[in-house]
Amino acid sequence: MNPIQEHKTLNSFRTAAPSPAVLRPILMLALCGALFSSATGCHKKSQAVDPSSLGPDSTVVTAITPTATLTAAPEAIDLGQTAVLNWRTTNATSVTIEGIGSVNVNGTQNVAPANSMSYHLIAKGDGGTTDATVRVTVRTTTIPVGGTTLDSERNRGAVTDSAFHAAVKDVFFDYDSYELRPDASANATEAAAYLKAHPGVKIVITGYCDERGSAEYNLALGENRANTAKSALINAGVAPGRIRSFSVGKEKQFCTEANETCWQENRRAQFTLDQ
Amino acid sequence: MVTHGNPLTVGTNQKHRVYHRGKERLTLMQQFRLLRVPLALLLLLPGALFVDSARAQDDIKLELSGNAASRTRLAVAGFKPVDAGSDPLRETFDSTLYNDLKNAGIFDLVSKSMAPPVTPGSPAEMVLAQWGAAPVSAQMIAFGALAIAGNRLSVNGFLFDVKNTQFPQVLARQYSEEASEDSARQVAHRFADEIIARLGGGVNGIAETKIYYVHFGGGTKEIWAMDYDGANQHAVTHLGTITISPRVSPDNSRLAFTSLGRDGFKVKMYSLLLGRMVNFASTGGSSTSPAWAPDGHLAFSAAPNGDADIWVSDMNGIGAHRITSFRGPEVSPVFNPRSGAQIAFISGRTSLPQLYVMEADGSGVVRLTDTGYATSPSWSPNGQFIAFAWNRKYGPGAPGGQDIYVMDVVTKHWIQLTHGIGLCDFPSWSPDGRHIVFSNSPDTRDAHTRIMTMLADGTERHTLTDSGADMPNWSWK
Repeated sequence: MNPIQEHKTLNSFRTAAPSPAVLRPILMLALCGALFSSATGCHKKSQAVDPSSLGPDSTVVTAITPTATLTAAPEAIDLGQTAVLNWRTTNATSVTIEGIGSVNVNGTQNVAPANSMSYHLIAKGDGGTTDATVRVTVRTTTIPVGGTTLDSERNRGAVTDSAFHAAVKDVFFDYDSYELRPDASANATEAAAYLKAHPGVKIVITGYCDERGSAEYNLALGENRANTAKSALINAGVAPGRIRSFSVGKEKQFCTEANETCWQENRRAQFTLDQ
Repeated sequence: MVTHGNPLTVGTNQKHRVYHRGKERLTLMQQFRLLRVPLALLLLLPGALFVDSARAQDDIKLELSGNAASRTRLAVAGFKPVDAGSDPLRETFDSTLYNDLKNAGIFDLVSKSMAPPVTPGSPAEMVLAQWGAAPVSAQMIAFGALAIAGNRLSVNGFLFDVKNTQFPQVLARQYSEEASEDSARQVAHRFADEIIARLGGGVNGIAETKIYYVHFGGGTKEIWAMDYDGANQHAVTHLGTITISPRVSPDNSRLAFTSLGRDGFKVKMYSLLLGRMVNFASTGGSSTSPAWAPDGHLAFSAAPNGDADIWVSDMNGIGAHRITSFRGPEVSPVFNPRSGAQIAFISGRTSLPQLYVMEADGSGVVRLTDTGYATSPSWSPNGQFIAFAWNRKYGPGAPGGQDIYVMDVVTKHWIQLTHGIGLCDFPSWSPDGRHIVFSNSPDTRDAHTRIMTMLADGTERHTLTDSGADMPNWSWK
């Protein structure tokens, strides 16, 4: 299963999950939501499904489906501040908010999350179950790593950086060498297979060297390393026009310790998506 | 802006007579020469055979200018401040002039503490007997006066032959500049160069030369420039990327370097006259390590097909063509600056990088080093020597370090100039062939690299910059 399919499946699963025992229309709605979220490439739940707004369509059923709205004010807070959750439901017999527990059918509550989180409300009634979600973003001084916003933006492309790097591994070289080692050769073969499976992807190969040796010579050595990796891909059937390659020598180091582990880390040909 | 000094009153005949006499006395001992200790001496030592088989040339010595006893003994009197306002500039001027003459490496300079406590401002105030008698015992005396009138700094400088009581004047110069610290320094450099030109055996001084180098910090590298003595450090480029390998053109009009862009490193050209980038045609692919020929052509390393070779082109990158075609990296070309007919370069065609020379058309390749890891050649101005960085015991965990060496191109005899001071790289000859500037990292870490200079025999080594400076390139004049 390739990473893209993984993402889509996850989206469908997450969206459908809150309503395991459902009437057909609800399932249809959930599937619609899943399709919608897949189409936009966004696996966030908040905009994808808001069944309360679709409530009137459910009136074909004898028992009336519950409706639910959940809002937060403000939706973004600084760490340590509080936000007010406000929810309204109709035709619900029991209402729970994950992480808070059973609550009144209508109500408000102050929350002060330590991290950005989504509040998920489930309203159960005779007519079925419906849910609503709101996300409270907590601003911290550090840049969020792998935050949902960044991920969702990257996901709009055909291939994500993370999916690319999961499938394509950098190739590493011996000291003062630009020959492909067996492990590097295996990595290059996998990279070639991935590129052949994704004909729209273009890549950059960058050659790196460890900090020992002279800067000008290392620039040329890095050129040979990048070229070795490039040749391996071309020999495996990847079109040359999809590959840009150059060297940065020892001018940009991954690791700056003076030991063999670090030097090995720096002696590489790196594959990245050509943006 | 720059006005060269004009002679005040020069007794032409006398000047020439002194000049020629001085030349006869000084030229022979002030040229490079190889002094050989008989090999028999080495054979007396245990283990000498091993030394010999490794071609370690402990039996040669690079002589710069004779020992202290055979150098001209030169005294420098403090310059006389004509008015009180000129005092701060006088201190700058005095120390710059003294250091220039000391750095020249061809004088036995009278120490300041030994000089008579007088400041003769003009020939009329000069009492030669004060300077000729022991313990000063000077053969030559430099002196003069310094004044600030309005916004102008004016300097009168003299050089007298102490032993010639009848016509002692060798040199008289007058300078007028806008008054500033920098101009006081520059005037001192110019006067020092005049003295060195008279007493230096026909080789011009270097006090007015510049050193271009890489300044790094904050994730970027830019090209900076400084005076030969480390003063006046300032940025040349502001490219906001990684820019390395500065090489100034023989006429000081252009600066070639290598800069990282979207498609990797490429040779770029900067006009020092216009103060901006100018076009340099690309070969396609990466291009690095430019080098100037004396006629203004360029050699550089380019890898349009992923394997770096030596290419040559004109100063705009036009007419670029490849002159080597070996598998493996070829980098760091440098022309023989005297003839322009040969190129030294570094090649990894046999695995570890080694030093080679070839004709400028790529024919007649000769390998000069036989072992270790050799990089960064710089060809001496007289064409006889190549300075380079060499780690003779290169390998994982191998002892020994990367040091600066000088090799005689014809005999392949070499000597080691630095010993145990950390990692040394990027030697560059001064135009007078008497000095070598180089980069040094005491603990071998890149981040601690700074620039040092030394006489070409390895003596009088001192730092020019703090850490954060690398890849020095000495101007051709």
